[in-house]
Amino acid sequence: MGILNYKFENSNVLITSLDSLLNWARLSSLWQMQFGLACCAIEMMAASASNFDIMRFGVIPRATPRQADVMIVAGTVTLKMASRIKRLYDQMAEPRYVLSMGSCSNCGGPYWEHGYHVLKGVDRVIPVDVYVPGCPPRPEALLEGIMKLQEKVRSESLAKKAPAK
Amino acid sequence: MSESRVIPTNYVTKPEDLKTSSGRTLRTDEMIINMGPQHPSTHGVLRLEIVVDGEIIVDAIPHIGYLHRCFEKHAEHMTNYQQVIPYVDRMDYVASMNNDLAYALAVERLLKIEVPERVEYIRVIMAELQRIASHLIAVGTFGIDSGAFTPFLYAFRDREFILDLFEMTCGARLLYNYIWVGGVSHDLPPTFIEKAKEFCKYFKPRLVDFNNLLTYNEIFVKRTAKVGVLPRDVAINYACSGPMLRGSGVDWDLRRDDPYSVYHKLHWDVVVGKGEVGAVGDCWDRHIVRMREMEQSVRIIEQALEAIPAGNVQAAIPKRIRPDHGEVYVRTETPRGELGFYVVGDGTASPYRVKARGPAFVNLSVLPEISRGAMLADLVLIVGSIDIVLGEVDR
Amino acid sequence: MTPQEIYDNLKAKFGESILEAKLDALQPWIRVDEHRTKEICVFLHDEPNFRFDYLMCLSGMDYNNGALGAVYHLSSMSHKHKIVLRANCPKENPRIQSVSSVWGTADWHEREAFDMFGIVFDGHPDMRRILCPDDYPGYPLRKDFKVPEFYNGMKVPY
Repeated sequence: MGILNYKFENSNVLITSLDSLLNWARLSSLWQMQFGLACCAIEMMAASASNFDIMRFGVIPRATPRQADVMIVAGTVTLKMASRIKRLYDQMAEPRYVLSMGSCSNCGGPYWEHGYHVLKGVDRVIPVDVYVPGCPPRPEALLEGIMKLQEKVRSESLAKKAPAK
Repeated sequence: MSESRVIPTNYVTKPEDLKTSSGRTLRTDEMIINMGPQHPSTHGVLRLEIVVDGEIIVDAIPHIGYLHRCFEKHAEHMTNYQQVIPYVDRMDYVASMNNDLAYALAVERLLKIEVPERVEYIRVIMAELQRIASHLIAVGTFGIDSGAFTPFLYAFRDREFILDLFEMTCGARLLYNYIWVGGVSHDLPPTFIEKAKEFCKYFKPRLVDFNNLLTYNEIFVKRTAKVGVLPRDVAINYACSGPMLRGSGVDWDLRRDDPYSVYHKLHWDVVVGKGEVGAVGDCWDRHIVRMREMEQSVRIIEQALEAIPAGNVQAAIPKRIRPDHGEVYVRTETPRGELGFYVVGDGTASPYRVKARGPAFVNLSVLPEISRGAMLADLVLIVGSIDIVLGEVDR
Repeated sequence: MTPQEIYDNLKAKFGESILEAKLDALQPWIRVDEHRTKEICVFLHDEPNFRFDYLMCLSGMDYNNGALGAVYHLSSMSHKHKIVLRANCPKENPRIQSVSSVWGTADWHEREAFDMFGIVFDGHPDMRRILCPDDYPGYPLRKDFKVPEFYNGMKVPY
């Protein structure tokens, strides 16, 4: 949630209502950065087209990382591309989330064994919030991944978390 | 580039006219612009290094390799020739059935086995349905490149019907692993043939709609006519294939000129670009070749659905694939062009070398030649009309 | 023209540069001297009886006996015949003459062969890697290639 996250000492009714308002605003308009790399990009395009339509969830594709909230890494990440992904992730403004779509960006996918140029999972360069399995995942699976991300956003808070016992 | 559209120079300020109020002439120079791997219009992770003089392109150098997934290394290490098929799927992920077919034909030629006729007809039906699905993506994204969003939605809506047919047969929407060496993995379900006939009847008026919406639209014609003209001899020298080659007026289609499977028993026309609205070999020609190829594919599918015989589709799938020392190069016509597989067998159960010659790799190498003299906005359309899929360019 | 006629014509013109041939294979091939590939390909491209104007594929090969090589698949659109050429080179000094001035498509194919096998093509206008990054250690498709442990700080194996 950026600079305000977990900064307030006591959670009172003002903070919790502000929490719900901010979280609702953020999860209803998760603008995604168009970042289709490989086959999963086609399923991501199918998800934004008419049959499955992720725009009804508020997810609009934006071309530039500076205006995006979520980066859906769809496809295989290669070693040549990894430095560019890190740079794009750094250019996104907080709060930012990463959704790893497909088994190639989860863990290297079918190329795990002999891929000399494949990065085995995009979480080796950037932190990932939600992993969507599949090769490629169906558009409905991507929608479920976005809903899980929305649940995660819903549970964020401005108040400080209680210290772990 | 004499056929290309001439940029009118009467509104371009000449360098000697750029003067400050104190009378000093400004210096103009060339600029290198990077159209980076992440870009909404590059159809994937392609990097273009563009040298521009103002708005006019002097040189456009493609940098590829951002999706190099080591297909050939994986093929050498698989314990079985059939295990290579999922990797072949993922090369040109938009036309997956055609890739499977090319590889299966190559290995079958190496093993010298014949497949039952029902398998041949099923393969042709699947390949042509896949061709329609792939061309729908090509023309849909080409529309987005030129600024039209609605044709993309129409294309994907129609594509969903084809994906439903595929899902009914083999369970997958995009990467099927369906055409195996010696046969296919599942037989057609009982309702497939009538649903496919329904689709053909539904689809023909949709193409008319699509043409009215995009192809003959005046803005689209003005943007694509005489842009990116590919002359005929350059196309042959650069080994272009598919709609790139046919759009330049070369009458060459591997399904007719180097036939495989049962294409010699079916009747269809080869579509060639004629320069109807501009020059022969411009972006509009390549687009209309794709649109008309979809009509011809529907014709092929209807004929194959009538003629398909009964039989066992798994009869010829070999239990052990162990070809002798030998090598073979087989090429087929995919939606992008000529996909060739050079398979070398060495007597063991895994291949010694599998080289995939991707049509998009070869077609993309002609980009610097056809984009000189175009404007920056035209470059996006030229790349879109080549119809690249980076999985095949980089393998 | 049949492969035997092509072989006889080439042997008559280039003599000792045509090293060996296997004309009864599934797809007949002819092995040529790797330092004269350009002359031979210019002859095959321009001669009216041959007219090999379409280079279908150019692949690198590692023969696992100390030799690397390139395999050229040529076809003719007018005469509808095909032939396969091979050019081998030793692994210590892999150099083959480039044919990129004959067919424009050989440009990128030769760059890929260089990237994957390390074969340097003499006379190529722009001999650098095309698929792997420029500073990638090793030539991946050689049979004795070992996957690097780290590349630019990223762990490569699973």
